[in-house]
Amino acid sequence: MATKASRSAARLMISPAVILLLCWMIVPLAMTIYFSFLRYNLLQPGNSPFVGWENYYWFFTDPSFSAAMINTLVLVGGVLAITTIGGILFALLLDQPMWGQGVIRIMVIAPFFVMPTVSGLVWKNMFMNPVNGIFGHLTQALGFAPIDFFGQIPMASIIFIVSWQWLPFATLILLTAFQSLDQEQLEAAEMDGASWVSRFWFIMLPHLARAITVVILIQTIFLLSIFAEILVTTNGGPGVATTNLTYLIYVSSLLQYDVGIGSAGGVVAIILANIVAFFLMRMIGKNLDA
Amino acid sequence: MTHTKNSVTYSLGLLAGVTMAFSASAEELTIATVNNADMITMQELAPKWEEATGNTINWVVLEENVLRQRTTTDIATGGGSFDIMFIGAYETPIWGAKGWLTALDDFADDADYDFEDIFGLVRNGLSANGSVYAVPLYSETSFTYYRTDIFEKAGIEVPTEQITYEQFAEMAAAAHDPDNGIYGTCQRGKAGWGENMAFVGPLANAFGARWFDMDWNPQLDSEEWNAAVTYYVDLVNKYGPPGASANGHNENRALFKDGKCATWVDATSAAGDVRNPETSKVADVTDFFKAPKQVTDKGTGWFWSWALAIPASSKKTDVAKDFLKWATSKEYFEMVGETKGWVAVPSGTRQSVHEDPRYLEAAPFAETIKNAILSVDPSDPTLEPVPYTGVQFVAIEEFQGIGNYVGQQIAAALAGQATVEEALANSQRFAVREMTKAGYIK
Amino acid sequence: MARAVSKNRKTLNTVIAGTLGFLMFFPIVWIVVVSLKTEEDAIRAPLEILFSSGWTLESFGAVQARSDYFKHFSNSVIISLGSTFLGLLIAIPAAWAMAFVPAKRTKDVLMWMLSTKMLPPVGVLIPIYLIFRDTGLLDSRLGLTFVLMMINLPIIIWMLYTYFREIPGEILEAARMDGASLRDEVIYVLTPMAIPGMASTILLNIILSWNEAFWTLNLTAAKAAPLTAFIASFSSPEGLFYAKLSAASVMAIAPILIMGWFSQKQLVRGLTFGAVK
Repeated sequence: MATKASRSAARLMISPAVILLLCWMIVPLAMTIYFSFLRYNLLQPGNSPFVGWENYYWFFTDPSFSAAMINTLVLVGGVLAITTIGGILFALLLDQPMWGQGVIRIMVIAPFFVMPTVSGLVWKNMFMNPVNGIFGHLTQALGFAPIDFFGQIPMASIIFIVSWQWLPFATLILLTAFQSLDQEQLEAAEMDGASWVSRFWFIMLPHLARAITVVILIQTIFLLSIFAEILVTTNGGPGVATTNLTYLIYVSSLLQYDVGIGSAGGVVAIILANIVAFFLMRMIGKNLDA
Repeated sequence: MTHTKNSVTYSLGLLAGVTMAFSASAEELTIATVNNADMITMQELAPKWEEATGNTINWVVLEENVLRQRTTTDIATGGGSFDIMFIGAYETPIWGAKGWLTALDDFADDADYDFEDIFGLVRNGLSANGSVYAVPLYSETSFTYYRTDIFEKAGIEVPTEQITYEQFAEMAAAAHDPDNGIYGTCQRGKAGWGENMAFVGPLANAFGARWFDMDWNPQLDSEEWNAAVTYYVDLVNKYGPPGASANGHNENRALFKDGKCATWVDATSAAGDVRNPETSKVADVTDFFKAPKQVTDKGTGWFWSWALAIPASSKKTDVAKDFLKWATSKEYFEMVGETKGWVAVPSGTRQSVHEDPRYLEAAPFAETIKNAILSVDPSDPTLEPVPYTGVQFVAIEEFQGIGNYVGQQIAAALAGQATVEEALANSQRFAVREMTKAGYIK
Repeated sequence: MARAVSKNRKTLNTVIAGTLGFLMFFPIVWIVVVSLKTEEDAIRAPLEILFSSGWTLESFGAVQARSDYFKHFSNSVIISLGSTFLGLLIAIPAAWAMAFVPAKRTKDVLMWMLSTKMLPPVGVLIPIYLIFRDTGLLDSRLGLTFVLMMINLPIIIWMLYTYFREIPGEILEAARMDGASLRDEVIYVLTPMAIPGMASTILLNIILSWNEAFWTLNLTAAKAAPLTAFIASFSSPEGLFYAKLSAASVMAIAPILIMGWFSQKQLVRGLTFGAVK
């Protein structure tokens, strides 16, 4: 169908996007790689000798590094699990007949529009503050000691906040998927005496596979570089309890002003992100082609 | 009263006239500032300068840790985003020596400005290589805030001499009454070299600890540090408010003003705000005594100064200088007194303010504060000899990174995420690493 | 038949879903409530806040006095609209070509584009900062528009690609058979079919740009600062600050929330990335 002429026209049409993205990727990346081999401290400009792999050595031996890796996994995994499972349950529920579905859907979708800094600040101060927050008042009214969320369960608190923001997204996509489910097939299965569980497992879940893939892909892209929520609530602490890889790089390059080490961390993060991307893409490729 | 007001208006007009002569065309200044009460006041009063001069100001108001990151990044890369920055006694000498700031020595030639009126100790603290690089809005040391009503009720005797931290813990224990929403003591827990370490540093000094020995070997795994941090974690966890590891200066200030704390060791500069009935619930029942000591009384009160500086990358130096003069002039302090009440005037900057009867009447604690500030000696902060100056910080550029890291570790210990031993061992390892990288340790 | 459920069941569904929906929504309700209180009232117990205190607009006034809302608001609007339309300009031809003239590599190119989105921004902040300094783009709306356009470009292309692919090729061919020129084809056949998809793409990208909080905070000071920076200046207390924080939050999220609600049908469709029919 496509002629040679249309091929070259197509190439011409794609090229601005490709060239821009290539520059956007390669120029800073090249600079980052270059910096990662220098002893480059922002506070000592003009004196940046080449130091080989030293920055990588320092980054990998940073006591925070392994913690940051684990935290990143826990954060991304935790939020993905909560939003996917919660999203399925929510979507199942919202798919039932009820009054005022439109209003309820508007309420559920709302957190997705809230900017991360606002949601971090509002949860931190007005809900999770142990003295003046709502949760504090609530536990005190019930006669318990208030929970120090960001001191005692910092990572869980961050996961909670981020999940609040992303649950609407998962719910909406999965709800749309549910609504396109073939009702007759379900009814036929019911007639045949299939239990609810097996109907869910063998009919609904396979139908949702593509939607779940999209949820996981899009969220992973955004969750890997979660920053604002951590910055305004815990600053990566206490200790390194909520320092993810993104935040660790931020600490190295902008709080310790060690651009060399920060860049080495950036390169490491980029490599890791690409590994994740590779697997995700394969998963997507399989599921989206259909 | 009216007379003073007139004279203020008059001098402002005069100042404005001088300015007009300086800058023919209106300029737009961008000022990076921290969201402390005194800076917010400046922001509120600044329109008077804008009106008088025709220039406009863009304020970039940031939380302290973020402010440091943004200003340091900007000035180190010569980004030139800001024309004026609020910086402190730590940054000014280091950045000044690097040539990143505009020298303000010509302020001394301005008779109206009366540069000599600023306390010598403060001026020195903001100088490098004999030049002044920033002018102070206020300076401070640390002392103990306490609630007279709670002390009376709990039968705690108000100390007349400098007490020890051990005695201080006993006081906090006696005053602690969480069921009635009163916590024995509020102390900084939020990580950051300018946040929790500002309290922990002088505390460690009191326990005889030091950051480095004479060969720049970090000493964070010493017994003294362990004793100090153990004491700190114990004190705050037992008698502090819940969530203390997230509280910085501003959070504690808000708690104290709200009547939730019996004691608080923090900056003298908050005294005006805490004693101001307009802004504080505990204005009438707050008094002060010295920050405690332990094995030594050396370095038990910190020294800090928030000051205005002009980055060398600013292209509007003349207008910026004009604003600096206005914002730290005698007239400015007078204006704060007239509009916000004399108790709210920033302290520890000008001799003339501390001699002004209106100020002394409204702020009877002013003399105590002045004497406390003037008695700090940053060049001799510890029991054992050290190669550095600075009470709650070490005046080398590597300190920000180390201080932040140690602050994070101690916050972790406070929140129970790590033991004191682990936190200090990590800190020591990190400090050794940083000092090795920087070439202090061969 | 099977979907006809009893009234009781329907009521139960409504109650459960309504409760959960309200819980999700509650934080937003709460900041609206608190923004209408005085600072002293704002830290009281929740029930007292609701029932035994007056209402006031003073916090909004205080916020506006501290920080010029309209300046930040207009920056947000310019930057998010600008980056979205700039992105569309580049993305439409690319997505078009990929959807209608697929080559062997098309899929790989698309996946590669999406993978650029996974680069951690913080890893390249200093290089970008230095480039911006040297080109005078620091604290400029132009620079920020460009950055946000770049970080959202992969998403725009991908979304458009999935929509364009849904347009059946037969219709185009039929139109061509009827003697429609390429111009007619684009204007009368393709555009109407692509409009819903484009609308969703535009909406989602406005939201993403509006809420972007890394680049907008680190590359601006005053002149180009959008609402993310506006809210950052209320992030730590100077005294009591819950009411002011709430008022500032309401001001920052209200425009996008309202836009999102009015357009939620298109948006929901857009969010599914064409993966769900």
